[in-house]
Amino acid sequence: MSIKTYFEKTTSSAPLAVFRIGFGVMMLISIIRFWSYGWIEKLYLKPQFHFSYYGFEWVKPIGDWTYFIFFICGLTAFFVALGLKYRLSIILFFLSFTYIELMDKTTYLNHYYFISILSFLMIFLPANAYFSLDNYFRQKQYTQIPKWTIDSIKLLLGIVYFYAGLAKINSDWLFKAMPLKIWLPSKYDLPFIGENLMQQEWFHYVMSWSGMLYDLSIPFLLLYKKTRVFAFVLVVFFHVFTRVLFPIGMFPYIMIVGSLVFFDAKVHLKIINFIQSLLRLFKIKSQNIPISSFQFPKQKIAVAFLMLFFVIQLLIPFRYVLYPGELFWREEGYRFSWRVMLMEKRGYANFKVVNPKDKTYFYVDNSDFLSSFQEKQMSTQPDFILEYAHFLGKYFKSQGHEPIEIYVESYVAINGRRSQAYIDPDVDLLKQYESLQPKSWILAFKDDIKGF
Amino acid sequence: MKRILITFFSVCLLLSCSSDDGGTDINNNPTDGFDRQAMLTNWADNIIIPVYSDLNAKLGNIVNAKTNFIDHPTQAKLDNLRMAWQEAYKVWQHAEMFNVGLAESTNYIFQMNVYPTNVNDIESNIQSQNYDLGSVNNNDAVGFPAVEYMLYGLAETDSEILSFYTSSTNADNYKTYLSDLADRMKTLTQSLLDDWNNGFRDSFVANTENSATGSINLMVNDYIFYYEKGFRANKFGIPAGNFSPNPLPDRVEAFYKTDFSKTLALEGIDAIQNFFNGRAYNSSADAEGLKDYLDFLNTIKEGEDLSSLINNQFDEARQKINTLNESFAHQVETSNVAMTETFDVIQLAVVLLKVDMLQALDISVDFVDADGD
Repeated sequence: MSIKTYFEKTTSSAPLAVFRIGFGVMMLISIIRFWSYGWIEKLYLKPQFHFSYYGFEWVKPIGDWTYFIFFICGLTAFFVALGLKYRLSIILFFLSFTYIELMDKTTYLNHYYFISILSFLMIFLPANAYFSLDNYFRQKQYTQIPKWTIDSIKLLLGIVYFYAGLAKINSDWLFKAMPLKIWLPSKYDLPFIGENLMQQEWFHYVMSWSGMLYDLSIPFLLLYKKTRVFAFVLVVFFHVFTRVLFPIGMFPYIMIVGSLVFFDAKVHLKIINFIQSLLRLFKIKSQNIPISSFQFPKQKIAVAFLMLFFVIQLLIPFRYVLYPGELFWREEGYRFSWRVMLMEKRGYANFKVVNPKDKTYFYVDNSDFLSSFQEKQMSTQPDFILEYAHFLGKYFKSQGHEPIEIYVESYVAINGRRSQAYIDPDVDLLKQYESLQPKSWILAFKDDIKGF
Repeated sequence: MKRILITFFSVCLLLSCSSDDGGTDINNNPTDGFDRQAMLTNWADNIIIPVYSDLNAKLGNIVNAKTNFIDHPTQAKLDNLRMAWQEAYKVWQHAEMFNVGLAESTNYIFQMNVYPTNVNDIESNIQSQNYDLGSVNNNDAVGFPAVEYMLYGLAETDSEILSFYTSSTNADNYKTYLSDLADRMKTLTQSLLDDWNNGFRDSFVANTENSATGSINLMVNDYIFYYEKGFRANKFGIPAGNFSPNPLPDRVEAFYKTDFSKTLALEGIDAIQNFFNGRAYNSSADAEGLKDYLDFLNTIKEGEDLSSLINNQFDEARQKINTLNESFAHQVETSNVAMTETFDVIQLAVVLLKVDMLQALDISVDFVDADGD
């Protein structure tokens, strides 16, 4: 099969429709959940300072209007589920969701990043071709769509799993069972398994190795028809188990619903029938809509663009090889790489404001400026430490402290190792600037972690 | 397929019904090698409740001595009241780290030991005779530091101080305020002790779960917070000028009594170390504490001997404090270097507690979604 014929191949549009509904509903629930916990206020309105992504310093919470962004995000997620004004809705969803994530990198989670790029990909997919309100209003539906559109979602999911698996091939994870050896025993309060299984060293190793094997193999097991049902059972088990163990929010459910896309159209048509029968309970009847044949507008351009998108996706996680030293320690190129649950990292950063002329100094009480969550994230990540130092510099300058230099005494512990000095305490951080260059002022990690 | 879906949805339903924040209330008989409930029991029965009982008794002594004093103020009765204040203040050093239950909800600590005390607020309360000692605005006009001001700080000499309670035109107002201060401390502490004895102790001991509201998490967070803020910053860092451009000798604990700051600080480090080791307040009996918990976790992890490192650091801090002047204000004014050096030694244990110990115990700071960094 040549590439050209592959892109001409069509398939049932049902899997993409079900994926769209699942995605929209999950996102709507996520937003409602986030809102109901008061996290909008706690994470975005209360803190007086927010950590920005390099190049996105202009993205900040906008006071009470921040709620409006969340409202737009939730509403468009609902519209996506309905398939109403799909293209506009998914674009607005992508923009509002990404804006939310860019407001403060304290809250960075791999799965938020996954949602961002997935919703970006979905902008290009005809997810409203079938079983959508757009069909109803346009009196047109498409039962067949290009096969590559559904495959692109499978590819993205596959990348997430496979790269997460690759990242687990490292000496801490496989040969020290770290950080699971710290995390699992602390789940002593789980029913049934908390006080026995969770405390066993062999169990920590079993979990580490099976986690790695699961992540690496699951995309292939889902692709291959004969192992698909088995793989899906694994997916459900694995994600439900991690949900019980760790505070990872909605992510497990999103992955479970997402991996349904690997099943063939028959399954999805059954799901659609099931939804239709649910709707009939509310006296909503489905209508027969004329079927049209789908033409992807400017397919060549879209395909070329998405190919570029995927090449970038494949390369970004490996950008860490361009940086010296231990990735876990320096975290240069750590984010956006599907490195999930790999580290138990804690730190402590004590900032010193120095007046070099008078030779006087004082320490900063971090809780004056940061939430406890921000302080936790700041104290283990060099880019946070630098940005915070510059914030402190600006603040204390405005208080009349000049000339001013800012130093940090910081310690970080990774995966059960004893804490070590982290940032060079003799470097004035106000003279350092954020860039993509390696940070010379991070002290060396006095150990070795081998692997990806 | 349908079966899978049904299973999946029912599992999801089950999960979404369980609370997001932590586990369930099982665990009465741990079998994993470390008995967390025994640690909580030891904390409650051998440390916290005995500390509060002793504090309550010592505050009772203050109240009696105060009644005696205002009845007929003499130098002897003033000395008597001062002694009672000193004894109670020493016990307080063992109580300040516990900020759970009623102590947390009533802002107990802020009503007992905010210093420097606000002389203007105290004087205006005395003049107006119209005050609510429980108000947040009066946090710096009540508690041990306010009583201290009333006993040591009103004037330079004892006879002048006495005259505030005898010949001054406002003598009655001064007596009333002193009386109200002492009564308030006693009442607060009594209700705290009653709460512990009437049910809170049991719920505290039973709550062994590892969640933001679990007793171990609450206590460990309080303990570290106290070490970093109440002990390290308030007693040493702030007066030494570690948080300001210049030293602030008037911010020391026991500013008016002057030669008492070191005594209090030494009580403080003892209390901190005893709690860490799980040592009983009334005897030298040692039972389950953080030290034992860390030692147990170390048998799984085979890491460094963290509990010894922490104990050594506490010992070093005590040695350093011992080299200081009885009056920290005097120390800051004459040789502040010794003060900042002491701060630095104390600081090293903050790293061990906040980074290494919290990592080992896997105690979370916050309830937010995470994917493990």
